[in-house]
Amino acid sequence: MLREAAVGAYQMLLIVLFAPLLTGIIKKTKAFFQTRKGPSVFQPYYDLYKYMQKESVVSEHASWIFRVTPHIYLTSMLMAAAIVPVVATKSFLGFTGDLILIIYLFALARFFLALAGLDAGSAFGGMGSSREMAVAAISEPAFMLPLFTMAVAAGTTNLTGIVQSVINGGEGVLTLAHLMSFVALFIVAVAETGRIPVDNPDTHLELTMIHEGMMLEYSGKNLALLSVAVSIKQLLIFTLLVNIFFPWGIASVFGIGALILGTLVFILKVTVIGIIMAIVETSFAKTRLFKVPDLLLGSFLIGLIGLVSKFVFRG
Amino acid sequence: MPVSDELLFVFMLGSLLLGAILSYVLQKKPHISILMGYSFASLASLSGIILGPTLLLSERSLEIILPWSIFGTALQFSVDPLTAFFITVISVLGLSASIFSYGYARAYIGKQNVGVLGLFYNLFILSMLALVSSSNTFMFLFFWEIMSLVSYFLVVFEHQDSRVRRAGFIYIVMTHIGTAFLIIAFLLLYKETGSYLLFSQYAGISQNLSPTMKSVIFILVTLGFGTKAGIVPLHIWLPKAHPAAPSNVSALMSGIMLKTAIYGFIRITFGVLGTGPLWWGVLILIIGAVSALLGVMYALMEHDIKRLLAYHSVENIGIILLGIGSALIFVSDGRHHLAMIGLTAGLFHTFNHAVFKGLLFLGAGAVHYATHTRDIEEMGGLLKRMPWTGFFFLIGSISISAIPPFNGFASEWMTFQSLLGLGTANLGAGINIMGPVLAAALALTGALAAACFVKAFGIMFLALPRSTKAEKAKEVPRTMLVGMGLLASLCFLFGVVPSLVIDLLSPVTASLLSVVTIQMGGYRWLAITSLIEQGTVLGATSISPVIILTVLMLSALSVYLIFNRFGKFRNTRIDETWNCGVAQTSNMEYTATSFSKPIRIMFRAILRPTRKIEKEYVLKPYFTSRIKYKGGIKPFFEDTLYRPQFKFFLKLANKFTVLQSGSIQLYLSYIFVTLVVLLIFAR
Repeated sequence: MLREAAVGAYQMLLIVLFAPLLTGIIKKTKAFFQTRKGPSVFQPYYDLYKYMQKESVVSEHASWIFRVTPHIYLTSMLMAAAIVPVVATKSFLGFTGDLILIIYLFALARFFLALAGLDAGSAFGGMGSSREMAVAAISEPAFMLPLFTMAVAAGTTNLTGIVQSVINGGEGVLTLAHLMSFVALFIVAVAETGRIPVDNPDTHLELTMIHEGMMLEYSGKNLALLSVAVSIKQLLIFTLLVNIFFPWGIASVFGIGALILGTLVFILKVTVIGIIMAIVETSFAKTRLFKVPDLLLGSFLIGLIGLVSKFVFRG
Repeated sequence: MPVSDELLFVFMLGSLLLGAILSYVLQKKPHISILMGYSFASLASLSGIILGPTLLLSERSLEIILPWSIFGTALQFSVDPLTAFFITVISVLGLSASIFSYGYARAYIGKQNVGVLGLFYNLFILSMLALVSSSNTFMFLFFWEIMSLVSYFLVVFEHQDSRVRRAGFIYIVMTHIGTAFLIIAFLLLYKETGSYLLFSQYAGISQNLSPTMKSVIFILVTLGFGTKAGIVPLHIWLPKAHPAAPSNVSALMSGIMLKTAIYGFIRITFGVLGTGPLWWGVLILIIGAVSALLGVMYALMEHDIKRLLAYHSVENIGIILLGIGSALIFVSDGRHHLAMIGLTAGLFHTFNHAVFKGLLFLGAGAVHYATHTRDIEEMGGLLKRMPWTGFFFLIGSISISAIPPFNGFASEWMTFQSLLGLGTANLGAGINIMGPVLAAALALTGALAAACFVKAFGIMFLALPRSTKAEKAKEVPRTMLVGMGLLASLCFLFGVVPSLVIDLLSPVTASLLSVVTIQMGGYRWLAITSLIEQGTVLGATSISPVIILTVLMLSALSVYLIFNRFGKFRNTRIDETWNCGVAQTSNMEYTATSFSKPIRIMFRAILRPTRKIEKEYVLKPYFTSRIKYKGGIKPFFEDTLYRPQFKFFLKLANKFTVLQSGSIQLYLSYIFVTLVVLLIFAR
């Protein structure tokens, strides 16, 4: 019991501590492909330290919603981090949380951030909120369908159960359904982490931004909280992607050796996903907002093919 | 003590009747009329809140025969678990709405007759309670009709407005079309059995019905109850009627009157018809998914807050039907323990929707009370002016968007589970694929609902006021806040401890599906659990909102403590919004219309937006002096489904005008000829 809790806490801590580094790695990779030197991979940590030293400025028009949002955002990400299996199949709260809860915790965070975007009364924030909610709405079914395909295959929505069932299935699980669902979820991950071609994380230009628009009014500590939370969300989505579809290497037992191996494999896997994400970002242009539905519809259809093939071809 | 239960039941109906009469009699003294009317309604609701759960938890039923009869049928009420559950739902919302009404109804003093409002308000709750307690089909229809008529009078309460009268007309026409289907269904049952039997006795006889007859009755009740519940495309009256009524009544109409249709549907399908073919469930699932999606999409396009909420009722009825539909599929296959999950999900969502939609309608009423407008484009900045109303409205918004840890999430989680249960059921690939796809549709619905309530709450309560009306708004009287606060705390309580409601539901599902609730895991009271069938093994998935909430609180606290310690600055600086150097005014803010624009464009194939731009020029084409923009969406169902029929009937009626010469002699001869014909043929 104590051991389980310790391993759970370790996994949460790993997510929180590693998340900014992954953002740094993606930035560095993008710089490499753009033949720039780019900032150090540790830059996100320096940024956090810098934000912490700065004063927070809050708009005179904003209400308490604006102030509580960074806390709610970070808290729901921590909660989700407690549910997702990271280096071991069992997470801190895996027994009482499932993938539906995780997706709705993301929704909780998004709900408040979108409200905060409207709170200061600036048109930039409103634009960000409006776009974020629209893109989130169409990405939600595409996000859920591949996960449901996996849940149905495992017979549970519990993440530990799903991961365990994929491990138990051995190489036999690498079916068309499995791969299609992975591709579908990968496309959604691009949208959910606010990356090109859906959103551009590096810009404050009103024509292109979605996510950054909502955060425009934040500064100082509040901004630090949100930045950390956003990078945790990104890492969590990558974790879902790798651990649900390619869980091999994850620790099924709580031995020290298995945990060290699990940690190394985990870091390797999410870094690979991050680098792929960076390559995708540098090799595409940002699409127009109203072309985004086509992309996500495509992802939904790929997910649907995965689901159908699971039942029609039985594999 | 069974005697006291009966007494409580009679007391409940009696005090509503008394409230109705007193409220009407005292109309000359409006303050006393309001006090009397809503006190008796609150008293009745309180007794319902005691009665319902007591009966459910002690697993007792009630049979009450009053010494009166209506048209020769004895006034016999029976309260079984399903009825007791609905009495609880009606009473919970009844209590909150009645407390709210103390303050709210005062706004009508001097403008409208508050005595009449109190009369119909009490009768409305009375008719709904009597309806769900009716023991036979005749009484059911009688109170159904009373409920429809009373609610019609409430819809046209502000009858000076021609739009209100028109809304009332559409409502009464649609509701009678629905009733017509029900009458046919009940007459068919009567024909097969020969009497207006008790619902409980029908159940035994329904096995003798031919499968075709059963399906015909099923279709009829689906259409009949569907009209009242507001399923697409029979929903058109709903967004017109609900905004027209006073807000305390809108809360009741949307929160519980629609649910009486759900009650009737469950009573007839599960209670009377029993096991049916697979397609029943499939049909209900498709209706549910279509209603949920279209309901929320239309809601997004609205900026009249009460119309927006009314469309969300269409959405939530859809979600309820998704749970019930999957239960029907499992019943057809004889898997009653899995049907239990779907039915529990549907009924749980019924309760939750009553609570949060009631809360939101009361909130809309409070905002209307304070600002005298329903157009959210004229609001803004209300959170600072009405902090409590805003806080409660926020809780309602989070709950309806199915966001944890509030009640909407708990019941939608169960609905997700029951739909995924279809994915593993041994019912063929079609059903297996349908389950997860519908679950994805439910996910889309939830996300769109969240978008809609970010819009509603954000535009109404945040940023700067957009009009002087909103600027001058003040917090509403305390009674109104108490009414909303009660519902808001229930949103939270049912979300954190869902077993409060699920335990009440286990006798209901046990009586309808004859399965005993399976005890699952050691911490069942803390959690919601779902079953899923994998091959022959039953697996369980559970989540525990209490544990989730505890961890949420703990991590929020630690985040707060850690981040507060670091850094140089402890305080925040209040300053202007960054606006490219221009001073911020309220017309720079995002509006509701612009907020929903991306969604309007993304779903343009369904929503069919229209836009009209008129320009006035000083010097054409370079200098415009005025630009007028008018946008909207095409009323698709009105145009394609209703208008052609309307035109057809109008044409037909015009053909008959030849009979109508205006001479009384001719009309008398019509009567004579009819009489003769009847005497010859109809003996």
